[in-house]
Amino acid sequence: MSGEAYWLPVIFIALMGLAVLIYAVLDGFDLGVGILLPMGKPDHRHTMIASIGPFWDANETWLVLAVGLLLIAFPSAHSAVLGYLYLPAFFLLLGLILRGVAFDFRAKARADYQNRWDRCFKAGSIIASLAQGYMLGIYVTGFSGGLLAVGFGLLSAVCVTAAYAFVGACWLILKAEGDLQRWAAGRAKITAILMIVGIVAVSAVNPFMSSEVFDKWFSLPQALLLLLIPFVCAILFVTLFVYLRHFPYDNDFGSWVPFASAVGIFVLCFLALAYSYFPYVVPGKLTIWEAASAPESLRFILYGAAIVLPSIIAYTIFMYRIFRGKAQALSYY
Amino acid sequence: MLDVFMLSRIQFAANITFHILFPTITIALCWLLLFFKLRYSRTGNEAWMAAYRFWVKIFALSFALGVVSGITMSFQFGTNWPGYMETVGNVAGPLLGYEVLTAFFLEATFLGIMLYGTKRVSNRVHTIATGLVAVGTSLSAFWILALNSWMQTPAGFEMRDGVAFPLDWMAIIFNPSMPYRVTHMLLASGLAAAFFVAGVSAYRLLRNDRSEEVRLTLKTGVYLAAMVIPLQIFVGDLHGLNTLEHQPAKIAAMEGVWHTERGAPLQLFALPNEETQSNDYSISIPRGASWILTHSGDGEIKGLNEFAGEHPPVMPVFWGFRVMVGMGMLMLLISWSCSIQLWRRDQVSPLWQRALVAMTFSGWLATLAGWYVTEIGRQPFLVYGVLKTADAVTSTASGNVLFTAVTYVLLYIVLIVAFLHTLFYLARKAVQNDVEPLATTAKEAQL
Repeated sequence: MSGEAYWLPVIFIALMGLAVLIYAVLDGFDLGVGILLPMGKPDHRHTMIASIGPFWDANETWLVLAVGLLLIAFPSAHSAVLGYLYLPAFFLLLGLILRGVAFDFRAKARADYQNRWDRCFKAGSIIASLAQGYMLGIYVTGFSGGLLAVGFGLLSAVCVTAAYAFVGACWLILKAEGDLQRWAAGRAKITAILMIVGIVAVSAVNPFMSSEVFDKWFSLPQALLLLLIPFVCAILFVTLFVYLRHFPYDNDFGSWVPFASAVGIFVLCFLALAYSYFPYVVPGKLTIWEAASAPESLRFILYGAAIVLPSIIAYTIFMYRIFRGKAQALSYY
Repeated sequence: MLDVFMLSRIQFAANITFHILFPTITIALCWLLLFFKLRYSRTGNEAWMAAYRFWVKIFALSFALGVVSGITMSFQFGTNWPGYMETVGNVAGPLLGYEVLTAFFLEATFLGIMLYGTKRVSNRVHTIATGLVAVGTSLSAFWILALNSWMQTPAGFEMRDGVAFPLDWMAIIFNPSMPYRVTHMLLASGLAAAFFVAGVSAYRLLRNDRSEEVRLTLKTGVYLAAMVIPLQIFVGDLHGLNTLEHQPAKIAAMEGVWHTERGAPLQLFALPNEETQSNDYSISIPRGASWILTHSGDGEIKGLNEFAGEHPPVMPVFWGFRVMVGMGMLMLLISWSCSIQLWRRDQVSPLWQRALVAMTFSGWLATLAGWYVTEIGRQPFLVYGVLKTADAVTSTASGNVLFTAVTYVLLYIVLIVAFLHTLFYLARKAVQNDVEPLATTAKEAQL
């Protein structure tokens, strides 16, 4: 295989991976804020929701793009994955619906309904995160089924939820002040520990579930280079804990450090997973070339993506710049 | 016991029925918000900004409901209709992809600035953001209707080993029914938003709301409806003629024509009977259908008998069409009566205000009825003449689909109740009984 038929699927899996990564970080922090929402502290709740208000809708669009790219570029994988994950996909959607509508209803409904919508928002965020984690776990086991795969799925569900809560807490350190910021720093520590447990567990289990993955990681000479990934990951965690140990600082010194570390950790975890499974789009079953749609379709969408994607990234950055700084109370005017 | 096929159809129908309610409002409402904003920038009249602030809340709520139910559908292609993407994914995929790339990000990103950015950006940037969201919603409608039209009147592709391959993208996007369907739907959104705004404004007026804002929005809604409805009737007729050319089975079901005939009557009322292949209790205008469809009293209309085993169920298509047309006639009557009153006396009498309140959701009803006609009318095909709906369905266990279908339906019922409850709660909360109406400037009176 050569030329277009080789490269187009590679380009599209890279684009899809980019969309998944951006989604995990961006919707990760707003799902995380939802997971952490403290029902006992209404004032914190308002600020926390205000901190994600202008962003969540666009963040969720990256999921639509990721699923869209799967559907466009690898239609048979789209059907296989979603057909197999019928019920988890349903719970993911249920969670996303609950939190999406709760976000808008809470600000408009009668004041005494607000607690109820906030509870929906929290529950929806948790359900969506657990479902995503479970789907990821089942996906990387290549839908092999059985108790082991379900166990791995559950482990992954908890880890992904912890990871989102972690990046959410780091986001709050960046966007909040005073009491809430200190509270978020505490949550960041707990969730970071949970996330480390998760990363270690997945890294330990993963190579033993597939000999292909094992060979990829443990054959020389690339193993030496690959050691960089856990090494940099460890440095980021250490930086985070050192920073949080003396938190808070004067003049909000370095409040971006935890979020930046979290993004770095997400990127590394993503690279590790992507490296483990490339070139499969359904691990162990379907490669990107087997699942790819017609070159004429991929070419048509690639032209558009080449023009539109950079402008999407540009106006997304523009929007984040407009709402930079500490979160303020949301108002429609 | 319902099988996976019927359950998946019910689930998708419930999903898309719920979903289409919100885009139907938001597509045009966003342009109305831009209009309010521009009027405010031009005149400096705070009442326009008050109108913006009230309606932007309802826009945000409708938009969120549209987004979450839309995401659900993109998953259901895979979970319930794998055969769809496997057969026509090469065509459908890129169209959906362009919708995500050119529309979804634009709307979602600038929505944040539109809703929460007034203190952080200039009035001009805020107006531009509102305009970009409006462009995004309309672009989204363009792409998804291009795809739906292609499913009705497929063009620009060839089948190889049971899979569709694109030959000509222009022919695919601008397929024969696409211009009619896009125009018809955008006008439908205009009507739905117009009656929605007019209805809620009339509701506030009936509660003795004295603010200038509510008088302006009532006027905007009524005049917009009065302008759009004749256009819609004209475009609807063209759309019908286009369907006659490309999907005659659908027309036969819409008109209840069982056997090919010359001088077919226009059925005003009838109960189509699939068993006897005829219409019970028919009240009809002789030669009416032939006049409308062929512009000749003697014209031949193909009957359902020509499409044995491949025609849609007649009853829902037949009645969906009558509900849609009936709503259109009511819209014409009410919007023009109210416009004449506004023109003469600058107000609408309380009786007609009540009529407007009753018509608040007329756009929803007409749009749903119209979509039921066109979607059920395409059956038994998913892609007309290319792929049968039954051949695209999942092999997932029916218990799973039963569980998800029931949960979706319950969830959507709860959400629609919450939406209506919140809508009228916001309207009541906004009522200002004690404000003396401000004198409108001459500029304002012209609107």
